[in-house]
Order: sequence, then C-alpha cells, then structure tokens
Amino acid sequence: MKPSNEMTLSFLSRSSNESFARATVAAFVSQLDPTIDELADIKTAVSEAVTNCIVHAYQDGIGMIYITAKIFENGRIFIKVRDKGCGIPDIPQAMEPLYTTAGGERAGLGFAVMQSFMDKLKVTSRLGSGTTVTMEKTIIRRPLRNG
Amino acid sequence: MGVELLTEGLEITALLSGDIDHHTAKDIRETIDARAEECKPQLLKLDFRQVDFMDSSGIGLIMGRYKLMQTLGGALRVVNVPGYIARVIRLSGLDKLGVLEKDVKRA
Repeated sequence: MKPSNEMTLSFLSRSSNESFARATVAAFVSQLDPTIDELADIKTAVSEAVTNCIVHAYQDGIGMIYITAKIFENGRIFIKVRDKGCGIPDIPQAMEPLYTTAGGERAGLGFAVMQSFMDKLKVTSRLGSGTTVTMEKTIIRRPLRNG
Repeated sequence: MGVELLTEGLEITALLSGDIDHHTAKDIRETIDARAEECKPQLLKLDFRQVDFMDSSGIGLIMGRYKLMQTLGGALRVVNVPGYIARVIRLSGLDKLGVLEKDVKRA
C-alpha cells in the first residue's frame, strides 16, 4: 500500500530540537485524527529516538538527524529516525530496559518506551556509520467528526 | 522556566510545567537540587499538574530526586500525574518505590 502522505525532516543534534522533532511529527500524524493518548505515545517514542541520537550517536559533537514519517489510509504510521553517528556495538544489550552507558540521570528506558508505545520497533546499526530506528503504529480510524 | 519552587517549613513543592525531556530536565534538576541542599527538607513534592509532556528523562529526574531525598533523610512524593504521563511512569516500575499518589497507580 502506498502512503497517503509523507514527510522528511533533517536537523542538527542539538537538545533544543527534541521538542521541535516530536511536535513536528505529532503535527504531521494529526492528519489521521489520533486520540490524545495515541499522540502522546508517538511523541514520547519520537522523543526517545531523537534523544538517543543526541546523547549517544553524536556524543562527541553535533551531527544531522533525519526523520521520515509516512501515514497510510488504514491508520498505519511509519516513522524512521536515522543518524550518521557512532553506531551501537551490541543492539540487544542497548535495548535491555535500564541498561545505559550515558550515566548521569539517564534511566536506560529509551528503547523500552519505543517498544511499548509503538506496535513495531526495528533497530539497525553499523559501528562508525550510524543507526536507523524504524517504528510503526496503527491508530484506530474514527469516523470524521460531523460526518 | 519549567519549575517553580514553593518552600513551606521543611517541605518543598516543585511545581513542574511544560515539557520534561533531556533538554529541559537539566535546569529543572539543578534548580530543585540547589534549593533542597540549602533547605534540607523532610518532604519534596513533585507536582506534575501543569506538565504537558514527559519522556524517560522525567523518570531519571524522579529517580534522581528520590535518591537525593534518601541522602537527606527525607521523603519524595509525586503528585497530580496526568494520565498520558502515568504510562511512562508505570513502564519504569517507579510505582514500586511507593512515591506516587494512589490514584496514579490505578490510572
């Protein structure tokens, strides 16, 4: 099935862009008329993915973060968050809840949140060249308000 | 500013607002900790009534303040958590620390 709409976004890995990224994706997927809870789930998952790029992928500097989002007639939402950063040496370990290499007050829950709030999560990574996170969620289509 | 502090005797209430993410958590944390270390409160309340969004950075913020209050010999309470934030909190297992208001656990 072809997406009914699609957008791409690229921005610097500055932490001030975390809110920009999730708000922009939320505005785009709002075309499908999601519930407040569905929208909160998507915003949270995008925020986690983008924060990972900033805290981990580009830990030694600033790089570009790329987001592609697609929406489908049947309510399916596809979101890809990609970086060209350091890559993840051990993906299963990185995805373990509470595992973190960041120290400080990072909870180690980023991937757990993405996994739990979205229907599908896929992570691919290559050391030294970057990481791609793809997430999917199907929201329940409701009849348009006022017919 | 994402946090307003109200001090009453040995109790500090941190009225959080807006979005809590990796970008905003640092300032919030530093503001609360500075006051807590100065006042040595018995109780620190984190009030989420005006918080619009929170990701797992907020979990780190709560856990860190929980540890701080343990060090200071006081207690932490997390109050007025909206439903859309409660999910992140439940996922983290923070409800097991016993710092949440009862209605949050049921949410």
